[in-house]
Amino acid sequence: MSEKENAPAAAPAKGEVPVSRERARQGRRKVLRTILLTGGVLGAGLSGYLPLVYARTNRLRPPGALDEKEFLSSCIKCGQCVQVCPVNAIKLADLIDGFGVGVPYIDARAQACDFSCDAVQCILACPTGSLTYHKPDFMTEREGAALSQKPTLIAKMNDPEPTLNMTERMGVARLTRPESCLAMKGEGFKGQARGPDFKGTMRYIKVDRWKPIPVADHPYDLPLCDLCMRECPIAGAISLEKFTGPDGQTRARPIVHENCVGCGVCEMICPTEPASITIIPREVWKS
Amino acid sequence: MSKLLTRRYIDQIKAMFGKEPAKPAEISPAAQKIHFYKKNNRDEIGELKHRRAHEKPSHKWRNRRWATLIFANLLFVFSYWLDIQVLEGALTASRFVGFHMADLNSALQVMLAHKHIITNLLIGTATVLLLWALLGGRTFCSWVCPYHLVAEWAEKIHLYLAKKKLVTDQPIDRRLRTVFWIVFALLAVVTGYTVFEAISPTGILSRALIYGAGLSLLWVVALLVFEVFFSRRAWCRYACPIGLTYGVVGIISPVRIKYKLEGCFHEGDCRKVCLVPHVLDTVIKGRAVEPEVPLGPDCTRCGLCVDACPTGSLSFEVKGLSKLL
Repeated sequence: MSEKENAPAAAPAKGEVPVSRERARQGRRKVLRTILLTGGVLGAGLSGYLPLVYARTNRLRPPGALDEKEFLSSCIKCGQCVQVCPVNAIKLADLIDGFGVGVPYIDARAQACDFSCDAVQCILACPTGSLTYHKPDFMTEREGAALSQKPTLIAKMNDPEPTLNMTERMGVARLTRPESCLAMKGEGFKGQARGPDFKGTMRYIKVDRWKPIPVADHPYDLPLCDLCMRECPIAGAISLEKFTGPDGQTRARPIVHENCVGCGVCEMICPTEPASITIIPREVWKS
Repeated sequence: MSKLLTRRYIDQIKAMFGKEPAKPAEISPAAQKIHFYKKNNRDEIGELKHRRAHEKPSHKWRNRRWATLIFANLLFVFSYWLDIQVLEGALTASRFVGFHMADLNSALQVMLAHKHIITNLLIGTATVLLLWALLGGRTFCSWVCPYHLVAEWAEKIHLYLAKKKLVTDQPIDRRLRTVFWIVFALLAVVTGYTVFEAISPTGILSRALIYGAGLSLLWVVALLVFEVFFSRRAWCRYACPIGLTYGVVGIISPVRIKYKLEGCFHEGDCRKVCLVPHVLDTVIKGRAVEPEVPLGPDCTRCGLCVDACPTGSLSFEVKGLSKLL
């Protein structure tokens, strides 16, 4: 009977073991701590929404990426695409990308995808189909995202199979700052395209087809800058349209064509700061 | 397995989902005999041997495990850094000499969020499922997961501070892990994002090792701080859904720790070092239902209890293998 007297003020229900006040207090505290941990973990988890809701970072994704929402849901964040890229163009996003943490993207200005691998290896490496040669049928294709034909890689021009297995574009290049474009101003370019400290690499067919070299090791001397057209890896994606300026000088306007896949080589190689030609990620072709 | 052991095993599966283990309702006559014998007799030779054993602490299994864990994670790192291409990818998904592997919980999150499963992912998931079903389910936690290792080091700091009476361990309801598992599965289905993957310290640490550190390590640091100053091993014990996924796989696994009642002195050293002490409730005096009891599926097979036990009453066992040999 003495046990009964030690029981808490509220008599325990029939069949329940009586608990001491101390035990009951400990129990309440445990519940509070459990709620604290629940809130902390769920809060951290759902904070991944914030970058999506507010800042909407517009990332250039690797070749063959599904549309953004599907890309984020299907990527398992393993970085196998990062590992196969011969020019290290693919990086994994950090915490500020929210749910996109650990998801691959390309910073074209720092290192563009120049298809040095010849065969979009990153798509082959992807274990979940986030990067894919062919979208599953139930997924809709945005108008203008599909390429009208498989892109021809200039480096593979003489191979029996010169095309890349890509059906959708990553984005589209645009002359976003025509006022600073050297060709538009009728100026030439001499020296290293991005200066001596630039770390980016690229494959130059005439130097070595199989080994990309630093852009800084490949200086230019051009009477009229045509770097975007000159280094574009895709056949028929950029051309220069010559025109005569008010001063009677020959100038040129870079024209982006429907063949553009949005790889970003033109943005990387553009010698003006900031780049005059840039990639609009996930942009579709508008004729 | 005897009926009593089966019943206990089912209780241990319930304990994995968060139920507190209770005293067994029935104990086999063979075990009862040992319990009774221990009550009335002192084994003086045994006690002497036992005292001596206490003087030589062993770290055999811990060292083997740390070596394996570090080796596995370095294999990922060097496969990329040195381009040896043995184990490409990260812990979430990889290729071992070309064969697909996918972490079960990450694959599950992707499947639930994306609702479309390609063959390679299925192959990777099935391979890993088979692998860990054979090796013991939560063996993944203690032998491979990089967070487990840093959490073990944080635990040492916590225990040191606790000894100095600067912190106390604040237990949390173990059912929370099951709740998290369900909530994160639902969140993946409803939002279409792999919400858990964004905060999974296993994925974050694995990627940080292979691809370089980032801000997301702050979350891992926050978890460790919580564990050092507030609640011992909180993430692995009360929160991590990966542990539960692998725990479920471990239900059918032949690799486990076996407890032998006869030589046990019931001091509870094993329970003090254990990440999941509810699997060791059987070592409490009078609780073992049979002379030999295998531990439950929530056990991470880390071997700390095997190292801690001075009488050899806890040992690794591969079910069926002893019969074959």
